[in-house]
Amino acid sequence: MRLIKELWTSLIESLVGLGAVVRFLLRLIVVAPRALLRVDLIAQQVFNSGALSLVIIMLSGLFVGMVLGLQGFQLLQRFGSEEALGTAATIGLVKELGPVVTALLFAGRAGTALASELGLMRATDQLSAMEMMAVDPIQRVVVPRFLGGVIAMPLLAAIFSVIGIYGAQLIGVQIMGVDSGSFWSQMRAAVSLSDINEGIVKSCIFGVACSLIAVYEGYYAMPTAEGVGRATTRTVVTSAVVILFFDYLITAAFL
Amino acid sequence: MRKSTTLNLGTGTFVLLGFAALLFLTTQTTSRGISLGSKPHYNLTAKFDNIGDLKVGAPVSMSGVEMGRVTKIIFDPKEYKAVVSMRMDARYKQIPTDSDAAIYTQGLLGGKFIGITAGGADTYLKDGSQIDFTQSAFVLENLIGQVLANFTKSSAPANSGTPKADAPAAPQAKAAEKAK
Repeated sequence: MRLIKELWTSLIESLVGLGAVVRFLLRLIVVAPRALLRVDLIAQQVFNSGALSLVIIMLSGLFVGMVLGLQGFQLLQRFGSEEALGTAATIGLVKELGPVVTALLFAGRAGTALASELGLMRATDQLSAMEMMAVDPIQRVVVPRFLGGVIAMPLLAAIFSVIGIYGAQLIGVQIMGVDSGSFWSQMRAAVSLSDINEGIVKSCIFGVACSLIAVYEGYYAMPTAEGVGRATTRTVVTSAVVILFFDYLITAAFL
Repeated sequence: MRKSTTLNLGTGTFVLLGFAALLFLTTQTTSRGISLGSKPHYNLTAKFDNIGDLKVGAPVSMSGVEMGRVTKIIFDPKEYKAVVSMRMDARYKQIPTDSDAAIYTQGLLGGKFIGITAGGADTYLKDGSQIDFTQSAFVLENLIGQVLANFTKSSAPANSGTPKADAPAAPQAKAAEKAK
């Protein structure tokens, strides 16, 4: 009986949390047009969450692509169709690995930074101080961070995919000796624009989800040192689960 | 001031890189892409009885070297044939007029491509000319049909008459079943 009661309370709590996140998103959307007037603030956040994540994204993309090249080559060699490596690597990267791995890295690199920054602002009463000065902290602080993340994420995913394709090409063509012409021509024949669209749609949705979770957790963090730490952790955990869940949904919708 | 310049530079570089990556993905990895700096080329056509699953964008090669791509596939309703247009690289101008074009399969799981075998004529194909000698795609079902027909013929010659060699596969399969 107690177990059922606890389950019920946790269900209600998670529903409350979901509702709060959705309401927070609506609030951000309402304020967004006004925040768009301060382009410099958004640009700074694109720099913070995008340009500063560039190195980790590019390195990871290179290694993921190289691993795909190796594994794909070993597998395709058994069927005597190594030339399909370009197709396999590109479709894998553009549709799945690019958006998902980028979003996970983005949650770890930029999401945690956003959450802890906002959490610390909350803990040190900077947000309350803004309210006192009749500055809407949502418009001045939260929305630029949110929009910066939303803009940066698809671009990061595209960079990841391209670097990954060159990583696969490096292993497949330069080291394993797959014919360069077949690698590219089979890829061009097999990859369609809808594959790329799927990747772009995924990365946009992941960008919204990651940024929203990060700013939400940070904005509503408990104003203590422990609360900020917990908000950061929850950002990563929730983002990862939400990304993989949405990944399944979008993939199913595109089939 | 200096800080904001580096900031703008970083943001600008990042956004530029991102859009360059998107452009690369949409144009360079798909068949619908714009080939950067369109090379000099000329066009050829060929009529095939059956092109199998040849697709637009498939390579056209000679001795295994890629020389062009399939740009258009249309159906000729007068001759009941598929008309395949090819865009050939202008570097490979010396293709004899009596060359023949055949549709082959790349590897075991690969797609179809057109292979051209050189003829012996002294004149070369020009822009817009047609390759007259063609060989259709290898369609597995037809081959199985023919094997079955031969099998039927040799094992039970008196039973079901002689099936036509070039008839479609389905009736022959039925004939084979009847023979059993």
